[in-house]
Amino acid sequence: MSTMRDFRIWRGDETGGALVDYQVEVNEGEVVLDVIHRLQATQAPDLAVRWNCKAGKCGSCSAEINGKPRLMCMTRMSVFAPDETVTVTPLRTFPVIRDLVTDVSYNYEKARQIPAFAPPPDLRPGEYRMMQVDVERSQEFRKCIECFLCQNTCHVTRDHEENKRVFAGPRLFIRAAELDMHPLDTRKDRKEFAQAEQGLGYCNITKCCTEVCPEHIKITDNGIIPMKERVVDRRYDPLVWLGSKIFRRRS
Amino acid sequence: MTEIERLSFDVVVIGAGGAGLRAAIEARLHGKRTAVVCKSLFGKAHTVMAEGGAAAAMGNVNPRDNWKVHFQDTMRGGKFLNHWRMAELHAKEAPDRIWELETYGALFDRTPDGKISQRNFGGHQYPRLAHVGDRTGLELIRTLQQKVVALQQEDDANPDSDGCIEVYAECTITEILLDEIGRVAGAFGYRRESGQFVLFQAPAVVLATGGIGKSYKVTSNSWEYTGDGHALALRAGASLVNMEFVQFHPTGMVWPPSVKGILVTESVRGDGGVLLNSEGRRFMFDYVPDVFRSQYAETEEEADRWYDDPDNNRRPPELLPRDEVARAINAEVKAGRGSPHGGVFLDVSTRMPAEVIRRRLPSMYHQFKELADVDITAEPMEVGPTCHYVMGGVDVDPDSTAASVPGLFAAGEVAGGMHGSNRLGGNSLSDLLVFGRRAGAAAAAYHSSVVGDLPQVPESAVAAAVETALAPFATESGENPYALQQELQQVMNDLVGIIRRADELEQALVRLAELKERAKKVSVTGGRRYNPAWHLALDLRNMLLVSECVARAALERKESRGGHTRDDYPDMDPAWRRINLVCSLRGDTVVVEHRPLPAMPVELLRLFDIEELRKYMTEEELAVLESDMTESAIGQSGVEAGAEFGAGRSGSTADGKEGTSR
Amino acid sequence: MTTTATGTEVRSRAKITARTLRTDRWWLAPLLTVLGLLAFVVYATIRAFMGRYYWVDDYHYLTPFYSPCMSQSCIPEAAHFGRPLPEFPGFIPLAVISLPFLLAFRLTCYYYRRAYYRSFWLSPPACAVAEPHAKYTGETRFPLVLQNFHRYFFYAALIISLINTYDALLAFNTADGFGIGLGNLILLGNVLLLWAYTLSCHSCRHIVGGRLRHFSRHPVRYWAWTQVSKLNARHMQFAWITLGTLVLTDAYVMAVSAEWFSDLRFYN
Ligand SMILES: Cc1cc2nc3c(=O)[nH]c(=O)nc-3n(C[C@H](O)[C@H](O)[C@H](O)COP(=O)(O)OP(=O)(O)OC[C@H]3O[C@@H](n4cnc5c(N)ncnc54)[C@H](O)[C@@H]3O)c2cc1C
Ligand code: SF4
Ligand code: SF4
Ligand code: FES
Ligand code: FES
Repeated sequence: MSTMRDFRIWRGDETGGALVDYQVEVNEGEVVLDVIHRLQATQAPDLAVRWNCKAGKCGSCSAEINGKPRLMCMTRMSVFAPDETVTVTPLRTFPVIRDLVTDVSYNYEKARQIPAFAPPPDLRPGEYRMMQVDVERSQEFRKCIECFLCQNTCHVTRDHEENKRVFAGPRLFIRAAELDMHPLDTRKDRKEFAQAEQGLGYCNITKCCTEVCPEHIKITDNGIIPMKERVVDRRYDPLVWLGSKIFRRRS
Repeated sequence: MTEIERLSFDVVVIGAGGAGLRAAIEARLHGKRTAVVCKSLFGKAHTVMAEGGAAAAMGNVNPRDNWKVHFQDTMRGGKFLNHWRMAELHAKEAPDRIWELETYGALFDRTPDGKISQRNFGGHQYPRLAHVGDRTGLELIRTLQQKVVALQQEDDANPDSDGCIEVYAECTITEILLDEIGRVAGAFGYRRESGQFVLFQAPAVVLATGGIGKSYKVTSNSWEYTGDGHALALRAGASLVNMEFVQFHPTGMVWPPSVKGILVTESVRGDGGVLLNSEGRRFMFDYVPDVFRSQYAETEEEADRWYDDPDNNRRPPELLPRDEVARAINAEVKAGRGSPHGGVFLDVSTRMPAEVIRRRLPSMYHQFKELADVDITAEPMEVGPTCHYVMGGVDVDPDSTAASVPGLFAAGEVAGGMHGSNRLGGNSLSDLLVFGRRAGAAAAAYHSSVVGDLPQVPESAVAAAVETALAPFATESGENPYALQQELQQVMNDLVGIIRRADELEQALVRLAELKERAKKVSVTGGRRYNPAWHLALDLRNMLLVSECVARAALERKESRGGHTRDDYPDMDPAWRRINLVCSLRGDTVVVEHRPLPAMPVELLRLFDIEELRKYMTEEELAVLESDMTESAIGQSGVEAGAEFGAGRSGSTADGKEGTSR
Repeated sequence: MTTTATGTEVRSRAKITARTLRTDRWWLAPLLTVLGLLAFVVYATIRAFMGRYYWVDDYHYLTPFYSPCMSQSCIPEAAHFGRPLPEFPGFIPLAVISLPFLLAFRLTCYYYRRAYYRSFWLSPPACAVAEPHAKYTGETRFPLVLQNFHRYFFYAALIISLINTYDALLAFNTADGFGIGLGNLILLGNVLLLWAYTLSCHSCRHIVGGRLRHFSRHPVRYWAWTQVSKLNARHMQFAWITLGTLVLTDAYVMAVSAEWFSDLRFYN
């Protein structure tokens, strides 16, 4: 069963561009990425789009569909009304390369700044023992497919380019949380790093990251807020502070 | 003249999947200046799609497991066509490679005593697959990616250190360049983003480019799988082995059409899912082949008991190796007992509580919910075979992964031999780590050996590579690359698919030759910046070349074995077990040659029951073997005895001594 | 691309001028939030300063808006903790001890922050809809950095929840001994939901167990964390429900106290 549908796709590069209208065939069960591929094969061979697995596993095909940040390969055409025009634009927060492809290097640069996992020096490979309940929290964050939809949606950088300098973004906050909750990580200063270097304080927990995450990671509730609370432990909680002083004096 | 970015490294790794990253890490740890080049973004290589797990005989769940059992399973799964030495190294080293990942930060699912948990999988006798839910590949690649970043941070902190590791993402290599005396001198390619050309000058190149599945219409593979590494190796003068063996995974999605082929992980069966035909019958009981009869349950009751008591029951036939299950599904559908959309039913909904399904198979649950509107906790899935993995690949030396061209190495799916005629699930991820590491080390050693006499890239070779790359722009209103690709996929699917016949294969070769001619005239419009039509036009060349190898080798092998099923030669033929088919390129044509399979040393043969070997080996082999095995004091001489079965490649049979696992 | 920049050029974003391309009614949620919060604030302000109808003498109902009542101005029976404080002028609410803490608890609550940042401050009004401000520093500077003190207000809220519970229990002891009326059920229901809101707090989740690295070594705290986590997933619902029940409870007490209608008694 196939029908003709209206699509509007942003074509252009950093020098400028516009939404271009297309009429394209759509079949039952298809996703937006299928339609983009049909456009490439039949009408716009050089339409630039980034994709890889077409199974929602690699996080390559992020774009904005009718204004909402989504994976093109996981957006079924059946979610739109039959006469609805489907508008596809590149991620807004990152520089555009061409058409639907953006330069996401910001995310990789921020990832490179986070101190890596610090393994316990006294354990050799094969000697690691961790309990399932202790790894579960970090495992949730490791589901991240690095689609950068959260990074794109977060208003801190989406609406304020200048904040990119000081703000690492939700993807990297859950990386920080993952390491801080890792049962065997030996670094003690991850909270301080998150606050001082990653710009945790810029987040106003408005939860858009969680709303768009295709892996349904509870970025805010399970990652960012616990990190904020951990920072509070260190910086703003006199009871804990006092406790740590007394404890330190005793030991 | 076109502007070319020139970079110089000690080791260049093509591919940033599990194999590529592990190789690059190893080269960097050996103090080499290392580059990793990949077509997609960093951390998105095909390996992210792997679901079920990585096989390693750690014995965490069943302490009876050890490398010998793993080795036996691998050989059996590959129907004894595997390169024994690769299977041996793999089985011995896999546990160390998995444990090592934990020191990089990986978080596998745990056993109650805090060790890495292991799950059952087709063809593995014991629970053996280290896993994280059903996203093991993601964990693997993220871990390695983060290890690369960790090393980069170390390098940033010590700017004076020798080694380094740089990642060139979205950069496609189109040619391996050799120096005047035929040694690897570098790799040429373009940056997808800008269309700019890049030349990596390096004496050692590791191919880790993965597989070829995108030449098929129904496949679980991503767009990257255009067989680039296979083709690069051929064009550089190396050869490919076992190309006729393509694994069709028994369970891909069949509906809706646009997702046809997407994988349904084998863990669904490993965790208790059963295959049913339209009559509701667990048909796999009817398809247990003789060679496996003794190891698989004969009744549903026994099969069901196995999940809780594997020591006293035999495993369910749903967990037969993939080739068997795929053929069985194919036969059921052909016999008219398929599901409405041309597959069979795979059911977990009646076998586990909904909440357990959601916890153990989260991404399957989402995949079906979101792409097919099917709730797998309430209804069965519809599944059918999908092109999944190529067992064939670059012909390499097992210990060093070196190809026949000096300076060229290959690891991962692009390398051949390890899996024989059929790969067991979970053996790929561990293969990536074991041989990725070996490739990195060997490439580093090779670099050290030539450092005084580094090969130089001839300018003429660069100019030729530029010309080839730009050709599609020069042609006007020629062929549409997308249309050509679709035709190719259709040809491979219909004529070189899961069941093959001589006349169809011949027809395929004719069609491929036509396509090859037409591909020379493909034309693209627009500029070089991120132009997918151009990218595809260049990939097409590789797909066609590799498809031809598959078709030619398939026509040549006149028996059915593992991932190669001939309608006209339906049985396994022990004589063919002794033969590897090797493809190479002479001028523009692919030639296929027979080569004796390297023989297994007797101490490894002894791991098997002679009755089992009887099913695979020729009378002649058995006669030698029997006399040999009865001699008590064989010891080390087994190596020589083994060599009589067929002259193995030098370097592999000669080195038959027990590889100690580090 | 990830490690070697292709050049030094600074690239720019796709030039799309529309503030958002969303086609759904994204403005509905912030609008409802504004209306809901405003309605509560207006009601609560009026009641807090009303100074009457907070105590039902027959059945010992005390509205949470006036608890604890500790001023000389309080009706003596309503002052469960005595009246150590002097008489208050009309512009000071009688529950001046608890109200500021409750206000601060809700103001700094992670959920309410999200709600008012989005709906009042439009930062952002909805996901992928541009916010109107030229600069943004989030919670890094004064005064918003004070949001980090949420935890103390949580401690305070715990105490106040205890007081409210005490009030609700005392109400079973009417002037004529034990009795149950609709008002009791309302007070009790309100207190239960207040507990649900308070215990589902993110800070609570952290203190109870979230701060641990090894759950396996603290099975009791892990259990508690799991329970709080279950509540926490509903924190937003509790935030709204308790606004509703607070108003309902207070309005009921006011109505009975002002004798607009009489309490429905089940027993005594
Ligand atoms: C859906 C699915 C599930 C699977 N599940 C399992 C499982 O559970 N267990 C298991 O063991 N195996 C599994 N496999 C198989 C396994 O994932 C693959 O065989 C394995 O990941 C291959 O890894 P690799 O390192 O060889 O290559 P890949 O991970 O595929 O990486 C190839 C790399 O090469 C790069 N590349 C390719 N061509 C070029 C070029 N011309 N220039 C530059 N770079 C290039 C690509 O960009 C990519 O980075 C699964 C496969 C699929 C498709
Ligand atoms: S919750 Fe924080 S990190 Fe997430 S989108 Fe909002 S401001 Fe950004
Ligand atoms: S956290 Fe979610 S939205 Fe963000 S990058 Fe990862 S998968 Fe994408
Ligand atoms: S293509 Fe991989 S997530 Fe969409
Ligand atoms: S009360 Fe809402 S988070 Fe604490």
